[in-house]
Amino acid sequence: MTSPLEQKKIKIAGPSVVTANRTWDGIVVYRTAANGWSAELSEAAIVRNSDEAKALLAESVADDVGAIGPYIAPVRIGEDGKVQPGNLREQIRRTGVTIGSPVQV
Amino acid sequence: MYAYDEIDRTLVNERVSEFRDQVKRRLSGELTEDEFKILRLQNGVYLQLHAYMFRVAIPYGTLASNQLRALAHVARKYDRGYGHFTTRQNIQFNWIKLAELPDALADLAEVGIHAMQTSGNNMRNVTSDQWTGVAPGEIEDPRIWSELIRQHTTLHPEFSFLPRKFKIAITASDHDRAAIKIHDIGLKLIKNEKGETGFEVLVGGGLGRTPFIGKTIKHFVHGRDILSYIEAILRVYNQYGRRDNIYKARIKILVHELGIEKFSREVEDEWQHIRNSSLQIDDEVIEDIRSRFTYPAYEKLPHMPDELRQAAADPGFEAWRKNSVAPHKVQGYSIVTVSLKPIGAPPGDATAEQMDALADLADKYSFGEIRVGHEQNLALPHVAKRDLPALWKALNRLGLATPNVNLITDIIACPGLDYCSLANARSIPIAQELTRRFSNHELANLIGRLHINISGCINACGHHHVGHIGILGVEKNGEEVYQITIGGRADESAALGNLIGPGVKFDEVADVIEDVVEAYLALRERPEELFIDTVKRLGVEPFKERVYATR
Amino acid sequence: MPLVNGGKIADDSFVKLAVDTPLPEGGDILVPAERFLGDADALLKRGGKVGVIWPNNRDIAELVPYLGRIAAVALVFPTFRDGRAYSQARLLRERYDYRGELRATGQVLRDQFVFMLRAGFDCFEVKKQADAEAFMQTAKRYSVFYQPTGDGRITALHRRMQLRHSEGVGT
Repeated sequence: MTSPLEQKKIKIAGPSVVTANRTWDGIVVYRTAANGWSAELSEAAIVRNSDEAKALLAESVADDVGAIGPYIAPVRIGEDGKVQPGNLREQIRRTGVTIGSPVQV
Repeated sequence: MYAYDEIDRTLVNERVSEFRDQVKRRLSGELTEDEFKILRLQNGVYLQLHAYMFRVAIPYGTLASNQLRALAHVARKYDRGYGHFTTRQNIQFNWIKLAELPDALADLAEVGIHAMQTSGNNMRNVTSDQWTGVAPGEIEDPRIWSELIRQHTTLHPEFSFLPRKFKIAITASDHDRAAIKIHDIGLKLIKNEKGETGFEVLVGGGLGRTPFIGKTIKHFVHGRDILSYIEAILRVYNQYGRRDNIYKARIKILVHELGIEKFSREVEDEWQHIRNSSLQIDDEVIEDIRSRFTYPAYEKLPHMPDELRQAAADPGFEAWRKNSVAPHKVQGYSIVTVSLKPIGAPPGDATAEQMDALADLADKYSFGEIRVGHEQNLALPHVAKRDLPALWKALNRLGLATPNVNLITDIIACPGLDYCSLANARSIPIAQELTRRFSNHELANLIGRLHINISGCINACGHHHVGHIGILGVEKNGEEVYQITIGGRADESAALGNLIGPGVKFDEVADVIEDVVEAYLALRERPEELFIDTVKRLGVEPFKERVYATR
Repeated sequence: MPLVNGGKIADDSFVKLAVDTPLPEGGDILVPAERFLGDADALLKRGGKVGVIWPNNRDIAELVPYLGRIAAVALVFPTFRDGRAYSQARLLRERYDYRGELRATGQVLRDQFVFMLRAGFDCFEVKKQADAEAFMQTAKRYSVFYQPTGDGRITALHRRMQLRHSEGVGT
């Protein structure tokens, strides 16, 4: 749940991805291995050490027109190979608010 | 209501076209995000967890029905069908697309609404008591002054790049509904011994990481000098406010580090240079602004109409009337607070349908006027008492008549980790659970006035420091943990709450709050002693003992 | 870095000196505040115009004794988010009646032009060529101003007064 603003040092504890928000509409996106962005976490490039993370973040930052505010976020990889967000913040970004229907009339 | 003239409209349109150009340059890559960020913030556009968030100003909390409809239109056309009213008389939309923002702004500009300076390190929306102009006992309608200050602080060439954001709030009543003591500048409208209008000026209030209650810097500044005095404060702040550390950049830190005496001397020196300049406001200017406020043509109505007498037999109506209807300065009229805190729902949210319907009700029953309060509720400021039963029925159908104003379920909460990129913990689900625990209206009434404020991080957008009960969400080892304070208040006796014990986990918060309330019910001297008064009388200890004894 | 002076892209006649750059024989020079204050009389005696680069955290009042003899003051925007130089500019123009060149330096971008003009700047070291080229167009972006500053533009309040008075005729 660390704010990306505070994420200055790049050290990763496990598998991670780079995530950001798409510039023109703001939706949550993940950096892919093909130097692009995808709204699907399953298409994200997975990095497993600090050097890989640094490189992926650097190329993401460079694509300022594509997406903004990129940062490294932890993921969990299940036995079936499925990628899941690694913390509550990322879970919320992936699946939306936890408050049920936003407004109840 | 203040009616824009051609001059105001021109400025807003010029701002929209400037922003359209900025967005275009951003999307083409001509502007980097680093360069664009400050420009979008100056127009109320944040990046949040899920998307861009767009914050629109509702200056001093006044809205005309067509303006509320325009907000509903933005919610429907550009967003997901709802908006969130904030603690500073703004409304936020959570899912707006950057590419569509200029169009949304242009639509709002048509009804005289803008998003200028709802974010960024500049002068934010000028806020006020949501009952201005209608509250009995008000010294004078402060909206004329709010509007003057709004204009003066809009696109100010010297103060658009301050060390940090800057918020001004104004009240003209003894009971402070505008929370002026937790603002960078708080203005209390008063009269001097000659009967002239002026302001007691407070400075350096604010919450966040280092909360301070504002201090009086000058006991009386004449109305004609208020712009020059504000300008003097801002000039001192702009030059000496800290820019090396974002957490120490607010004016409260400068006031604290210099001390109020030294700070006020600096301001006084500066003010002497500029007070007799073109910043002085002459009566004609004030009259001009006043002339563009339209006041309702009230009828002469009885204090107790038949409709009201008959409806009194309906317990649902009576519960609502006693809770949500307040006296108006004109006989036969009432101020109706519209609760945006239905049980189980996020505090302060309203759907486009609710906004449209409320706009219609405002036209029918409130001279087309709606107000927005910092407690995240709305109000209809001029409702004839004879119309109260019909209004209640209509509000009830819309889910807008929960009789819980100022009660324990009238919770102020920031968006928290469900929406906000700064948050460390969720706020809204905590509020939802608390409203379910205290959904029994008789129980809530038995408890009486009790304000719960929830923030999802130390930035304190939910004003937790000044909640009677304050709940602050933090993160500890990857988990949400909540710190609970009691004894805070945001009114004329503003005070910061005190911690009652160690932080508790997400699932335990509602239990702890129930225990705090039980402790209060056991400790209060008599039913009329409010929670806040019991805490004041006894301090934190007896609450701590009871709540934490078994934990 | 293009220079906009008097609304147009122009050549810069000034050479910027660092604290220790040898003093050129002739020509116009911009001198850091520290060096200027340490050697003002000598600098002002030589041929060529002298301007001063004034940091945004130093009291501009210190420069007042020299204002009649210097040709330019360059104020500094270390980032475009740091607005201290706007106050310094207004003080120079409005309180100390400085009439020479007032130059904005540092992170000077298109979207600050209107604010800078209103604060009294008339010369701009613009970071991007495209912004410099868009200067005139950007400067005209606004026709309504709510605050009185030393730039003499009529404020909304006063324009309304004028309208009121003109409408008042004959009624």
